[in-house]
Amino acid sequence: MKKPVFNVTNGTLVRGKWNHHAYHVVKKLGEGACGAVYLCQKNGIMYALKVGTESSRLMLEVNMLKKFSKVQGVKLGPSFVDVDDWAASNGQTYPFYVMEYIKGDSFATFLRGKKKEWVGICAMQLLSDLEHLHQAGYVFGDLKTDNLLISDSKVQWIDVGGVTGIGRAIKEYTEFYDRGYWGYGSRKAEPGYDLFAVTMIMLETVYPQRFTAEKDPKKTLQDKLKRAPLPSEYKRVITACWQGKYHSAKEMKEALGQILMKRVQPPKQITRKSLHHEASEWGEMLGVSFIAVVFYGISAWNLWM
Amino acid sequence: MNAGRLKQILLLTDGCSNYGEDPVAVAALARNQGVTVNVIGVLDDLQADEPQGLKEVESIAEAGGGVSQIVYQKNLSETVQMVTKQAMTQTIQGVVNKELQHILGESKTIEELPPEQRGEVVEIVDDLGETCQLEVLVLVDSSASMHHKLPTVKEALADLSLSLNARSGSNQFSIYSFPDPKHTIKQRVEWTSELSAMHNLFTRLSSGGYTPTGPALKEALYAFTNKSILRDEGRVDPYEETGF
Repeated sequence: MKKPVFNVTNGTLVRGKWNHHAYHVVKKLGEGACGAVYLCQKNGIMYALKVGTESSRLMLEVNMLKKFSKVQGVKLGPSFVDVDDWAASNGQTYPFYVMEYIKGDSFATFLRGKKKEWVGICAMQLLSDLEHLHQAGYVFGDLKTDNLLISDSKVQWIDVGGVTGIGRAIKEYTEFYDRGYWGYGSRKAEPGYDLFAVTMIMLETVYPQRFTAEKDPKKTLQDKLKRAPLPSEYKRVITACWQGKYHSAKEMKEALGQILMKRVQPPKQITRKSLHHEASEWGEMLGVSFIAVVFYGISAWNLWM
Repeated sequence: MNAGRLKQILLLTDGCSNYGEDPVAVAALARNQGVTVNVIGVLDDLQADEPQGLKEVESIAEAGGGVSQIVYQKNLSETVQMVTKQAMTQTIQGVVNKELQHILGESKTIEELPPEQRGEVVEIVDDLGETCQLEVLVLVDSSASMHHKLPTVKEALADLSLSLNARSGSNQFSIYSFPDPKHTIKQRVEWTSELSAMHNLFTRLSSGGYTPTGPALKEALYAFTNKSILRDEGRVDPYEETGF
C-alpha cells in the first residue's frame, strides 16, 4: 500500500509495451485511490490516461469500462480506447489504460448560482442512467460527485471503477455516500444502494463540505436533512428513499418528476387565483346562510302554527 | 476453481513488543501454517510523527505474508477493511500465480501476462474473493496506551463485518485481546459471523506495562489450530483445504 511513485510530468511520453501506442502527457487531471489520471494526446486527439501500480485493480476497471461504455445502446461512461504496460525510465513497469476524455464542469461549479430545481434535474438525469445500469444487472457502487462531470447540461460518469454486479459486495465506496456508514442498510450491491447515494449527492449541494456521523449516525443524518435549505418536497423524497419506499431508480425518478412538473406555474398567478377563489367562497357562504335562515324561519313558523 | 477457506490474523497495536519471543518469527511460522498475518499500527489523532517502534508493524506483516498499514484513529474503519480485503486478494493471487507457473512455466505472474489475458485472470481472482470463506482472528493490543482507542477499534470491527458480510462467501470472526495475566491472550468474542452487537467488549483490562506481541501471536495461532481440530471432530468436511 505504498504511494505510487511515477515520474509523469507534462511532455512525458507514455509508450505501451504491447500495443506500441505512444501518448504525450499534457497535464494531470486528478488522483484516485489506485492511480493518477492525465490528459494526454495522440495524433492530435485528446484522451484521458490512467496510470496505476496495482495491476489487478486497474484491469478490473478496464473490464468494467469495456462493458459499460455502452449498455443497451445508452452511453453510460467514457469509451474505452487502449490498455497496456508502460516501461518507465526508472526501470519500473506501470499498467495504464486510455479512455475518452470528457470535458465538463464539476457538480459544484455547474450548480453555482443556479436555482434549486437544477438539483432535482441532475438527480433525475442520474436516476435515468442508473435505471439502465440496474436493468443490465449492475449497480454503480461508488457514486459520488468526484466521479461525475456535467457536460452540455448532462450528467456524465467519468469513473466506473466501482461498478459491481447485483448481489455481490460493493467493491469500493466513500463513507459520506455509503448507506452502511449511516446505518441505512447493507453493503450488498442492490439498486437501493445507488438510490441512497443519489440522496447524499442532493444533500451535498447544500453541505459542500460534507459532514461525518456522530454517535448515532441515523440521527445525525436526519438532523442535517431537517436543517438543509432544500425545498420541502425534495426532503420528502429523500426521506422516502431512506425509508426504502423506492424499489427502483424509475420510482424515485417519477417522484422527483412530479415535483418538478408541479413547480412550472409562476407563483404570481397562483396568488391571484387563490384570491379569486376566496371571494367566491365568501359569496357561497352568504348564500348558504341566507337559505339556512329562511329554512329556519319556515320551520319555526310551522311549529308555531 | 474451488473457492477455499482463507485464514487471517489481524493484529491491532500501537507499539513495540517488549516481552517474549520475536513476533516476526511467529508470523513467519503462521504463514507456514497457512495463516496470513496482517498488522495495523494505530496512532493517536494528535500524534505528529510515527514512533520508531512501529517499524515492527511492517516486518511482522511481511513475514506473515500479509499487509500492514499505520493509521490515525479516525481512518481506522477504512483501513481495517482495505487491509483485510487486500490480504485476501494477495493470498488468492499467490495461489493463482502458482497455478500459472505450473501451466506457463517458470516465473510467470499475473502482472507479466498480456493485458487481454490478464483481464480474464483478474476476473477469476475477483470471483474467488467474492465467494471464498474467510476466517479472521482479530488480536487487539489492549495495553494501557491503547485503552482510549478501543471504542474506535470496536466501531471499525463492526464496520468490517458489515462489509465482509455483503460478500457471497461466508465469514467467521473472533476477537482476542492481550496481554492477559493468565493465558497471554483472552477471547473476547467467540467465533461468529456478525460483529454488530458487541456490548462490554473490552472490560476488565489489565494495565500492565508490557506488550508480549510474539507470545500473543503464537497463542492466536494455536487458537486457530484448535478451532479447526474442533471442527474436524464435529463434522468431517471433505472439501476442507488448508491454507486456502
